[in-house]
Amino acid sequence: MAKVLMKGNEAIGEAAIRAGCKNYFAYPITPQSEVAEYLAKRMPEVDGVFLQGESEVAVGYMIFGASACGERVMTTSSSPGVSLMGEAISYISAAQCPAVFVNIMRGGPGLGGILPSQGDYFQATKGGGHGDYHLLVLAPDGVQEAVEMTMKAFGLAEKYRGPVMILGDGLIGQMMEPVEFPDDLMTEPSNKDDWATSGMDTRKSDKRNLVRSLFLDPKELNDNNLALKAKYEQMKKEEVLYEGYNTDTDYKVLIVSYGTMSRVCKTSIDMMKQDGIEVGLLRPKSLFPFPEDAVFKASTKESCQSVISIEMSMGQMVEDVERCVKGQRKVDFYGECGGDIPTPEKIIEIIKGLL
Amino acid sequence: MGKSFSTPKSLSDNYTHYCPGCTHGIAHRLVAQAIDELGIAGRTVGIAPVGCAVLAYNYFTCDFQEAAHGRAPAMATGIKRVRPDLIVFTYQGDGDLASIGMGEIIHAANRGEKFTTIFINNAIYGMTGGQMAPTTMPGQRATTAPAGRDTDQTGMPIRMANLLKELVTPGYITRQALLNPKQINKAKKAIKKAFEYQVEGKCFSFVELISTCPTNWGLTPVDALKWAEDTLLPYYELGDYKVPE
Amino acid sequence: MAYQHIIDSERCKGCGLCVNFCPKKVLEITDKVNAKGHFPVYQARPDDCIHCTICCIMCPDVAISVVETEKVTTD
Repeated sequence: MAKVLMKGNEAIGEAAIRAGCKNYFAYPITPQSEVAEYLAKRMPEVDGVFLQGESEVAVGYMIFGASACGERVMTTSSSPGVSLMGEAISYISAAQCPAVFVNIMRGGPGLGGILPSQGDYFQATKGGGHGDYHLLVLAPDGVQEAVEMTMKAFGLAEKYRGPVMILGDGLIGQMMEPVEFPDDLMTEPSNKDDWATSGMDTRKSDKRNLVRSLFLDPKELNDNNLALKAKYEQMKKEEVLYEGYNTDTDYKVLIVSYGTMSRVCKTSIDMMKQDGIEVGLLRPKSLFPFPEDAVFKASTKESCQSVISIEMSMGQMVEDVERCVKGQRKVDFYGECGGDIPTPEKIIEIIKGLL
Repeated sequence: MGKSFSTPKSLSDNYTHYCPGCTHGIAHRLVAQAIDELGIAGRTVGIAPVGCAVLAYNYFTCDFQEAAHGRAPAMATGIKRVRPDLIVFTYQGDGDLASIGMGEIIHAANRGEKFTTIFINNAIYGMTGGQMAPTTMPGQRATTAPAGRDTDQTGMPIRMANLLKELVTPGYITRQALLNPKQINKAKKAIKKAFEYQVEGKCFSFVELISTCPTNWGLTPVDALKWAEDTLLPYYELGDYKVPE
Repeated sequence: MAYQHIIDSERCKGCGLCVNFCPKKVLEITDKVNAKGHFPVYQARPDDCIHCTICCIMCPDVAISVVETEKVTTD
């Protein structure tokens, strides 16, 4: 498997094709327009569909229409654009259609900035739209993981018949890293004949299919919500992903951090290790389902005195960390979110303040 | 002497929820007749709006999707792009299409998306109980224009067929009405032609249908037809506004 | 060819459009309410019906149909 040096945004586009997704709808927005530019060239080469919609709102519903008729489909956007797709994501969840959304986060709120950020954690994991729904959210920490998570997302979306989100940031999108596309991550599309509006002739059936989310009857609506909830419970059992870094030592402080921020933390951990200071990192790879037990276990290790959530935001994941530590340890937070990424030295300074 | 008449197969046998005399039911029948006559039910996917016709899928027997308010043209675009072999139609009211969904319909028409839109223009918001729509007439009362539409505050009613015909992209843009048998028969031909253009993969097709809303106009069904004839037709002139070569 | 005019009085909502447009004034609204609480239409003067299907065209609820019947009438 030859490695190739690729920009994150383009690698994510290529990953979709390698995963068997031939349909991409999107709207330009910095810092991820390169995905669209790349797929505008690539999709025709594989007889795929590329279309730039008139807005992220419209794109959200192009995704919904295409998915609801049984085809694999993806879109990519960035923070403000993902806000505009919030309603469609709620509809897609309620109507139970598979779809892959990629958010290459930029600074917010408002027009914010175009530099990397992690300010959409709540939007992604607590619901950016209305109603009780969840996205399955995966957070890569670099271009290779962005590729692998994107490729896996299509199978997961079909397994759970719902939207899956890859939550990257502007750094992952813009930087270049050597990357490979594992061909064992390509999954065959699932059979969708019992629900997708693929045309009765296509299904050789005279039973028509209906994709909707309106349930005026309270019992029907409650049942639909219970069906969604059962999927989210299943995700919590089967889809939790995380990484422990330096957690086999007697660390005094546990950092909880994800994505780009967690890589900086790893560097600072290595540097402190040389000074004889052991610090552990618990890195969630799945943000929903959140690695609750892993965070609790790592926080309550004998040697660990305190926990700190380090994010490129004003503090969002920290609330989940506090929830999972259950008061067993002091939980602190450090974050910056103008777009500058905290340096390892800054992290070391913060950690030393806790010792 | 005489002829037969029966319910088209593409209509389900459910009773509709529409108010007595509401011409939605006529529009549904004409669409179903077009689908039957072209023999395309097996590959047709309808898209219901948000509005009185949100439950349209209960009255058709083909595959159906239910759109968010105003977004049916985007969903139709999504289907047509990934499955160009499917016949797709959106069925939308004036609040759905001309208000919240204006962006979607203009861009779908401008891209020349090869689906068919059935646009019910009854100059009012029906489902939510009679609010003003972009197509509400000057001085026409609505629950959000209790003294009648004040065009100084809310502008003039929007004529969708006239608007869409200005797009340079080829398409079939027509305005018909459902107010008497002659108009209905003409509307039936126009709807069938719209679907034929799609079956041939020729162009985007848009059929605006001047319709009634007896309940929210506060008129009997027959008087509503008369009011529409006298008040709507002079402003919303019928005819083909754009026909592809 | 003979035809039979059929009204599905349960489906009819008594909106009166057919009554208004029937060229032969055959139809009227009955005073017997149906299950849905509507007062459906009925053929007050069935012999005047010329099976032109204008009532079917105007009906928003496909409550009226006209079917061909085998027996040849002698009119």
